[in-house]
Amino acid sequence: MAAAAGVELRLLGEWLSPYCIRVKQALAVKGVAGYEYVEEDLEHKSELLLSSNPVHGKVPVLIHRGAPVCESLVIVQYVDEAWAGPAILPSDPYERSRARFWAAYIDDKFFPSWEPFFKSKTAEDRAETFKNAIPAVETLEKALTECSSSEGKPFFGGDSIGYVDVALGGYLAWIKAVDEVAGTSLFDEAKFPRLAAWAERFAAADAVRDASPAVEDIVVFYKKMQAAETGAEH
Amino acid sequence: MARVGGELKLLGLWASPFVTRAKLALQIKGLSYEYVEEDLGNKSELLLSSNPVHKAVPVLIHNGKPVCESSVIVQYIDDAFAGSGPSLLPADPYQRAVACFWAAYLEDKMLTPWGRVFKVKTDEEKAEAMRQTIAAVDVLEDGLKECSGGQGPFFGGDSVGYVDILLGGMVSWVKASEPLSGSKLIDAEKTPLLAAWMERFCELDAAKAVLQDVDRVVEYAKLVMTKNAARASNNN
Repeated sequence: MAAAAGVELRLLGEWLSPYCIRVKQALAVKGVAGYEYVEEDLEHKSELLLSSNPVHGKVPVLIHRGAPVCESLVIVQYVDEAWAGPAILPSDPYERSRARFWAAYIDDKFFPSWEPFFKSKTAEDRAETFKNAIPAVETLEKALTECSSSEGKPFFGGDSIGYVDVALGGYLAWIKAVDEVAGTSLFDEAKFPRLAAWAERFAAADAVRDASPAVEDIVVFYKKMQAAETGAEH
Repeated sequence: MARVGGELKLLGLWASPFVTRAKLALQIKGLSYEYVEEDLGNKSELLLSSNPVHKAVPVLIHNGKPVCESSVIVQYIDDAFAGSGPSLLPADPYQRAVACFWAAYLEDKMLTPWGRVFKVKTDEEKAEAMRQTIAAVDVLEDGLKECSGGQGPFFGGDSVGYVDILLGGMVSWVKASEPLSGSKLIDAEKTPLLAAWMERFCELDAAKAVLQDVDRVVEYAKLVMTKNAARASNNN
């Protein structure tokens, strides 16, 4: 891995990947700057990627002093521990367990329930799959209510962006892009006021703005993706 | 055993490998707790109110506050009882990341297809799921090498750690695999380090105290598969 020599911190990523977005957000929240970002072409994976993540060959991979860390939530936790800066995971063991529980829920239940909606192409499919995505959103609204407590703190992490926020945050630009194309609103303000407010505050945070792709760019990509698969222009 | 830092209650099911993980962690940390065997056909009010999202076991209740999801529970036990017994995760952030990577691998690549073996209908689907599971075990052999760093037989090196407990909870089911499917999941010829790991793990006092009887697990698994098959044909 001679190519990596001399570079203190490198992130191998793909601009569209929610898992890469989540890691960029975490690095920004922690205040870790000055790392080298390498945009991977997933159709032509670099030697560095394949040798750094031999098990999965996937992004994101964080390479710190030549040592690779793989799996987005593992990377987020590593960033939290290896650098000084605002805490991403809470220090209290019980609060940490809550954060881990909800991050797992987001990846294991929320995203798989939303994914069919993201993949839908017809209005009929969309109506059905959107409906099926709602129960997990209801659960997240309740989770945010619990996490933010009666004081109505803005984030899952309380006053500041935390582990659960970036876990969900990696998907946010995609959620908005798909909503824009489909004419829907997943975190509907009337039905899910806390999530809607969270989405706005999260997207507006400095750390997040710089780390996330523009929704418009994802919209362009998503439309192309859908048109290519159906062979028709939408 | 020491009663440290409050009241502990574990809601579980004797057969569940995920519950076994929690029991192993508690045992290794030297913690006493009340165990409640749940009837999943008639879930207790305590279970439903403690884990409203998944309504599943294990649930660890510490001073009335519930912790759910087996890997989250094991980490919680390590965090909340840091002064009690050995540390389950390494102190170094990079070593911790390596352990967590392999824990995720275990869940996503080995346990996911393995779970399918008990749920799918056709023999072909079962065989494919087993193939994927066994392929993951081959990779896990490398994981064991990486995590242990040649320091000992365990993922934690010379002492039991997080990944050892996550895989350890599965041991009785691993052993049940051969009588159930004809395939050895951990085969000394193909994955010698994991085979040695399993032997050493089973010698631990905690393992002897907690691991389920393999014959009982075999009978239970057969029952589960029969029920699933019946449900599947009723749905057709």
